[in-house]
Amino acid sequence: MSTSTNAIEALVNREYKWGFVTEIEQDVAPPGLNEDTIRLISSKKNEPEWLLEWRLKAYRHWLTIKEPTWHNVHYPPIDYQGISYYAAPKKKELQSLDEVDPELLRTYEKLGIPLEEQKMLTGVAVDAVFDSVSVATTFKEKLAELGIIFCSFSEAAQEHQELVRKYLGSVVPYTDNFFATLNSAVFTDGSFCYIPKGVRCPMELSTYFRINAASTGQFERTLIVAEPGSHVSYLEGCTAPMRDENQLHAAVVELIAHDDARIKYSTIQNWYPGDKDGKGGIYNFVTKRGKCLGRNSHISWTQVETGSAITWKYPSCMLIGDNSVGEFYSVALTNNYQQADTGTKMIHVGKNTRSTIVSKGISAGHGQNTYRGGVKILKNATGARNYTQCDSLLIGDKCGAHTFPYIEVKNSTARMEHEASTSKIGDDQIFYCNQRGITKEDAVNLIVNGFCKEVFRELPMEFAVEAQKLLSVSLEGSVG
Amino acid sequence: MGPNGSGKSTLAQVLAGRETYEVTRGEVLYEGKNLLEMAPEERACEGVFMAFQYPVEIPGVSSAQFLKAALNAIRRARGLEELDAMEFLALVKQKFKVLGVDEKLLHRSVNEGFSGGEKKRNEIFQMALLEPRLCILDETDSGLDIDALKIVASGVNGLRSPGRAILVITHYQRLLNYIIPDYVHVLVDGRIVRSGGKELALELEEKGYALIEGGAGAAAPGRR
Ligand SMILES: Nc1ncnc2c1ncn2[C@@H]1O[C@H](COP(=O)(O)OP(=O)(O)O)[C@@H](O)[C@H]1O
Ligand SMILES: [Mg+2]
Repeated sequence: MSTSTNAIEALVNREYKWGFVTEIEQDVAPPGLNEDTIRLISSKKNEPEWLLEWRLKAYRHWLTIKEPTWHNVHYPPIDYQGISYYAAPKKKELQSLDEVDPELLRTYEKLGIPLEEQKMLTGVAVDAVFDSVSVATTFKEKLAELGIIFCSFSEAAQEHQELVRKYLGSVVPYTDNFFATLNSAVFTDGSFCYIPKGVRCPMELSTYFRINAASTGQFERTLIVAEPGSHVSYLEGCTAPMRDENQLHAAVVELIAHDDARIKYSTIQNWYPGDKDGKGGIYNFVTKRGKCLGRNSHISWTQVETGSAITWKYPSCMLIGDNSVGEFYSVALTNNYQQADTGTKMIHVGKNTRSTIVSKGISAGHGQNTYRGGVKILKNATGARNYTQCDSLLIGDKCGAHTFPYIEVKNSTARMEHEASTSKIGDDQIFYCNQRGITKEDAVNLIVNGFCKEVFRELPMEFAVEAQKLLSVSLEGSVG
Repeated sequence: MGPNGSGKSTLAQVLAGRETYEVTRGEVLYEGKNLLEMAPEERACEGVFMAFQYPVEIPGVSSAQFLKAALNAIRRARGLEELDAMEFLALVKQKFKVLGVDEKLLHRSVNEGFSGGEKKRNEIFQMALLEPRLCILDETDSGLDIDALKIVASGVNGLRSPGRAILVITHYQRLLNYIIPDYVHVLVDGRIVRSGGKELALELEEKGYALIEGGAGAAAPGRR
C-alpha cells in the first residue's frame, strides 16, 4: 500500500528528539590523556590527595592492559588521545538552583526533567550531570532530615570522605577491566547515595546524565551504600546530542547492600544511537556491579537499553551474604546499526542465595543483540538457586540475536533453571492487527510491549510508561 | 460457496487488504469508495471485518490490550471518544454475556493455546465488539463440533441487521441450517458461476460441485 509506505518513510526519517546541542560556555580540557590530565581533573574537583593517588594508580595500571576483544561488538579503534576528558559548563560554586545557568535548566526542561523542585514529579529527587559535572541535586534538604546523603560524587569526595574512601573500588576495583580502570583514572562526576541504617528512602532517587560537548568522553561514577535494613530505589536516565562522531561513555556503578538492605537500580539508557546508516552514536562501555554483603540483602537491576551505537554492560551481583537475592531484568533494543552485548553475572557465594535473570533482546533493522550471562555457584553456596529466562525477538530479517549463557556450578545442591526462546514478529500477526484497525506501528508496539512486560513491571510506575514510549520511538521505521 | 482452491479465501484476503496479494485489474467499491486504495487498517476502520480461517496467535499480548487497541482505533476513526479501561471492561463484559464467552479470555494472550473452537468463537466475539458493516467469515464453521457451530451461528444471527452485510464463506450446507442465507453464490476457479437463494445450497449438497461446474459454461460464458 503506497499510503502506509509513505508513513513508514516519514517515521524512519524522524529525528532523535533529544539530539539538540545546548549553546553554553564550556570549560573544556584539551584532548589527550596523561598524568597531567588526571591531576587537572582532580584539582578542578578539589579532591583530597588520596583520591588523586588512587586515580594515578588506576592510570598506571591502565597503561599495562589491553582493550578487551571477547565481546560480540565491532567498532574502529578508539583514539584515547583524541578525547577530551573534562568538560564543564562555565560557572561554578553554585549555592542553590537559582544560580544554575537558565540555559541549563531549559535543557533539562526540554528533556522532560524539570529541576525546579516545585515542578518535580512528586517523589523523585534528581541529580543532573551535564558532561563532566553535576549541575543540580534536588530535594537534598528533605532527604538530609532522614540522614540520607544524595549528592554529586565530587561533593561526596570532599564532604563524606570516610564513606567514599571506604567503599570506592570495593565492588569494582580499579584493576577490574579496561574500561573500569580508565574510568577510575579519569572519572569526573556522578552520584553518591548513602542510606543510613533502617531508613526507607521515601522517594525515588534519580540521576539524569547528559553528554553535551563535542569530542568529550563521559566517565561518571555512581556509588550507593545501603546500611542494614535500609531501602532505596534509584533511577538513571541518559541522553546525548546527535553528532556524526562517536563519543565514549565509560561509567562505573558500585552498589553495596548490608544486612536486610534492599537496592533497586533502574536504568533507562537512551544515549544517541547514531543515524539510520550507523553514523555517530555513543559507545557505551559500562561496569555495574552490586555486592550483597549482608544476610538477606537484595539487589535488583532493571535496565531498558534503547540508545547507544554500542552497548557493553553486564550489571552483576555478588551474592555474599546468606539468603541474599540478586535480580536482573533487561530489555535491550537494537535498531538500524546498533550493537548490544549485554547481560549479567550472578556470583553465588553465600548459602541459600537466589538469583533471577530475565533478559529480553529485541533486534530490528541491522541491529545485533547479544545476551551474555554468567551464573557461578561457588563451593559453599549450599541451596543456591538461579532462574534464567532469555528471550529474543526479531523484527525483519537483517538483524541478529545471539546468546552466550555460561554456567559454573561447584555445589551439588544448586538448582538451576534456564529457559530461552527466539521469536519473530510475523507478517501474519501484523496483518491480523491491521484487520482489527490497528496500524503497523501500533501493532509492533503492542507485540514488543507484550514481549517486555515482565521487565517493565519491575520499573517504578512513571518510568514504565516512559520506557514504553521510548521503545516505540526507538522502533519507528523498523517495519514496512 | 465453492470447492477447495476456487479462490474463496483469496477473495476474502483481497477485500481485507492482505498485501501479499497483488490485484492486477478491477476495483472494489465499498460504500462508494475504492477499497483497494486503502491500507488494511483503514478498511477495518471503515467497517470491513474478516473472521480469519486461521486466526493468528500473538504470544505476550493479552486479549484485553489487543481488543482495547482495536476498539479505540475504530472508535477514533468513527469520531467517537476512546474508551478508558473501565468503560472498555464494562462493554466487553456485556458482549461476553451475549456470546457466552468466558471472561478469562481477557487475560490470555491473543489466540495463544486456544482450541479451534475457541479461536473461531473469539473471531465472532471480536466482530460483535467492533460492530463492522461488512463482515467476511472465512470458513468459520470448519473444525467446529455441532455445539460450537450453534454458538457461532447464533452469534452471527444476533448481528444481522439491515445496516450490515455478512459474507459467509463455507463448504458445507450444514452451517446454513443455522445461518439462513439471503443469497448463495457459487465460486469456481475465481468466478461466480451461479447465484440463487438458499435452495441453491441444498442443491449443491445433493449434486456436488462437479455438476455445477459442468453447467458453469452456460452460466458464465466469459470464463477463462
Ligand atoms: N484470482 C486469483 N488469481 C490468482 N490466483 C488465485 C486466484 N484465486 C485463488 N488463487 C490461488 O489459488 C489458491 C487457492 O485459493 P484459495 O483462495 O485459498 O481457495 P479456497 O479458499 O477457495 O480454498 C491460492 O494459492 C491462490 O493463490
Ligand atoms: Mg480457504
